[in-house]
Amino acid sequence: MPTIYDRGQRGRKALALPELSQPEEELLRKIPEGMRRKAPPLLPEVSQPELIRHYTHLSRLNYGVDTGFYPLGSCTMKYNPKLHEELARLPGCTGLHPLLPEEEVQGALAVLWELSQYLKEIAGMPGITLQPAAGAHGELTGMFLIKRYFEDRGEIPRRQKILLPDSAHGTNPASAAMAGFQVVSIPSDKRGMVDLEALKRNLDEGVAGIMLTVPNTLGIFEEDILEITDLVHRVGGLCYFDGANLNAFLGRARPGDMGADIFHFNLHKTFSTPHGGGGPGAGPLAVSEPLIPYLPVPEIVKEGEKFRLHFDKPKSIGRVHPYFGNFLVMVRALAYILTLGDEGMREVSACAVLAANYLRVKLKGTYKLPYDRLCKHEFVLSGEGLAEGIRTLDIAKRLIDYGFHPPTIYFPLIVKEALMIEPTETEPKEVLDAFCEAMLRIAEEARTNPQLLKEAPHRAPVRRLDEARAVREPVLRYPFLA
Amino acid sequence: MNPYIPHTKRDIEEMLKAVGLPDVEALFSDIPEEVRRRFKPLGLPPRDEIWVFRHIAELSERSTGRGLIPFLGAGLYDHYVPPLVGHILSRAEFYTAYTPYQAEISQGTLTWMFEYQTMVCELTGMEVANSSMYDGATALAEAVYMARRTVGGSTVLVPKSLNPNVREVLATYAWAAGLRLVDVPYDEQGQLRLVEVPEDTCALIVQEPNFFGVIEDLSGLKERIGRAFLIVYVNPIALGVLEPPGKFGADVVVGEGQVLGLPLSFGGPLLGIFATKMEYLRRMPGRISGRTVDAEGKEGYVMAFQTREQHIRREEATSNICTNSALCALAATVYMAALGPEGLRRVALLSMERAYSLAERLFSLPGFRPAFSGPFLYEFAVACADAEAAVKRLRQAGIAVTSPVLLRKCGVENAFLVAVTEKRTPEELDLFVRALSS
Repeated sequence: MPTIYDRGQRGRKALALPELSQPEEELLRKIPEGMRRKAPPLLPEVSQPELIRHYTHLSRLNYGVDTGFYPLGSCTMKYNPKLHEELARLPGCTGLHPLLPEEEVQGALAVLWELSQYLKEIAGMPGITLQPAAGAHGELTGMFLIKRYFEDRGEIPRRQKILLPDSAHGTNPASAAMAGFQVVSIPSDKRGMVDLEALKRNLDEGVAGIMLTVPNTLGIFEEDILEITDLVHRVGGLCYFDGANLNAFLGRARPGDMGADIFHFNLHKTFSTPHGGGGPGAGPLAVSEPLIPYLPVPEIVKEGEKFRLHFDKPKSIGRVHPYFGNFLVMVRALAYILTLGDEGMREVSACAVLAANYLRVKLKGTYKLPYDRLCKHEFVLSGEGLAEGIRTLDIAKRLIDYGFHPPTIYFPLIVKEALMIEPTETEPKEVLDAFCEAMLRIAEEARTNPQLLKEAPHRAPVRRLDEARAVREPVLRYPFLA
Repeated sequence: MNPYIPHTKRDIEEMLKAVGLPDVEALFSDIPEEVRRRFKPLGLPPRDEIWVFRHIAELSERSTGRGLIPFLGAGLYDHYVPPLVGHILSRAEFYTAYTPYQAEISQGTLTWMFEYQTMVCELTGMEVANSSMYDGATALAEAVYMARRTVGGSTVLVPKSLNPNVREVLATYAWAAGLRLVDVPYDEQGQLRLVEVPEDTCALIVQEPNFFGVIEDLSGLKERIGRAFLIVYVNPIALGVLEPPGKFGADVVVGEGQVLGLPLSFGGPLLGIFATKMEYLRRMPGRISGRTVDAEGKEGYVMAFQTREQHIRREEATSNICTNSALCALAATVYMAALGPEGLRRVALLSMERAYSLAERLFSLPGFRPAFSGPFLYEFAVACADAEAAVKRLRQAGIAVTSPVLLRKCGVENAFLVAVTEKRTPEELDLFVRALSS
């Protein structure tokens, strides 16, 4: 795979920059000798056409939502509307410096304020911060809030346990640990839900809170949600809800009504902002009344027709972002909410859940379905027992040959050989049918021609890559010849 | 149906039939009835595209600040972003993909990540870089956490000349981890003066150039702090002309990458740069792309050292980071490739040339003097009798500079910061000087 360093020639350039009006040396002399750069960094030297061709070529080696079906469980890879891309490129959005005085950025503050109001209503919770730059950043901010809340009540260090169902996203335990909490794992029961008895056994005055994903990562709605949150509240703990799976009940139910104290949104999942090859996203955080005093500063408030930044919050945890969060992501999310309205949001959850159940029913006769019940926006199959020697990894790689992005694999950890499938609401039935067809054919191939799977993919830019070697013999930057 | 959902009434009926349910509502029977009953809609009607476009466009035009000439910096800078960057970023194969979990159909992302890591190593003089963090501030906080995990100790030495917004984020993270932030003062040159290094120091932070725009001398610092981490928070454009921190024994180099081809965007999304030494690779947060081969021996790339990460290691992970700033890192990659070594130096020098020209004229006006005597690149602090009044006069002339409030947080009274990039024209410099000439 040629890199940009394999293109070009010394002395080529891609841009016409202004000339200096004095010799370089004169300017460089203003920098103390010891701090003056001696050798320039080795950056590529390419012409503009070469550069554009290189990155266009790289883009064609990628698979995105605009390329095809991307049923990556837990990631909500729905279509990203093009209107939003245009809006996020408006000069009044891109050209604003965040340190301009508040009276000069009223439009931007209006965007933040308007989005805040809608998100609070969607969550059914009275407080919000837009600062977190991603879901995991929202989780960490939530853990900081819990810590501050108990510190303020004199209950730190007594309360140091965060309860976590064993089906939780990896970011949950990592966030709790990063904030200095002790992670206690709660097993799931046969229904794929939180084991209530195990939960009760772990509830005491040392519990700071619980982190729940609703619906959980098996795609199952915690039917005992009200009892769970009530039990945790009764020992004085707080309930954190991971909102990665909001697509499952958007426009129909609110975390605030389920007993959530903190809820993070993933604007890049539920609210259709593009995933960017790994980011940027945004992870706004809604909170219940008692946590409002601890939210990050500044707070955006509306006074009459004016928006103001409010810094004077003595109990605040402080900032978690140097400015206001990922503004351009929020512009897109606001456009999405406005386009959909209440009706559109209900359609999202209806069609996302319907599509998931449709695939579940069509695939369950062929693939093992460990939790066979009504699912929400996603469900988890197992590749176990499909055929001798065939692993989920092989199934996933073979799906590539059929032109699909594979589902999330080997997660959640409580299902062996897991295949986590989230179709979203934006795929036509024909695509869902074609995906099923491919999955059924792969199951057939697993029995009749297993090599086909084990050697897959056959029709990708590269064949199966050796991940172990990348660790055994690490090459993590371009090996320049001496 | 909303325009992004393809299902017809018939599709829905067929799917419901296959699932064996009478209607859509039955799909939600597992949500407790009580919860469903409490639900309240927003009262929002669906809107058409023209309405939504107008609504947001009108809001965007309400921000008067977009018409001001930005001599604002303080961490984010108005550098020229070549249109070619936006064109590459608009490739849907890049921006509608997610984390490259499936390497064989993500070679585009994994290859530019590898290129980006190389470029960051080249700029900073470090051995290994990750493929992005959210922003410079959280990258710094994660570097401090990494320092503590590696060397122990709970004191972090933080210069008074560190960007106050960055410091505030760091303070939040430090409080949560029980870390103590100890101020390092600055001298009349505006450079840090490291007096004492407490026993339990886990890290010394240096901003280069610092918040006042002054160039710090990094030599000898690592020797003074021993095992504790030397963490350098950089402006990557400045590294076009400044010696890389790796040369001075830095353990971690972090920084705000917005200057590498990203617009100001009201402060987000940004790009956190993170680079370290190979010996700390397994302690580093974030995604890394590594070179390998496929089943036929052909070169390719995969996410390497994933066992550090939360999706594998859970509470034992080096960080909780998952979604990062990938597309911003792609912008930086394309920007650096477009500039090349010459171009990067040129952008830094052009900015300097304009900054020095402005400073010279400004400081020849009565009542205005440099707040610090130390060497600067293209941002400097201006001291005067009434900074608020000066800022107001500039505003009347259509110019924005950094508010004196931020400098006050660093202990500098009656001063404001001026940043100059290659985009500022001679006419704009004239206007600036005229606005302050009485």
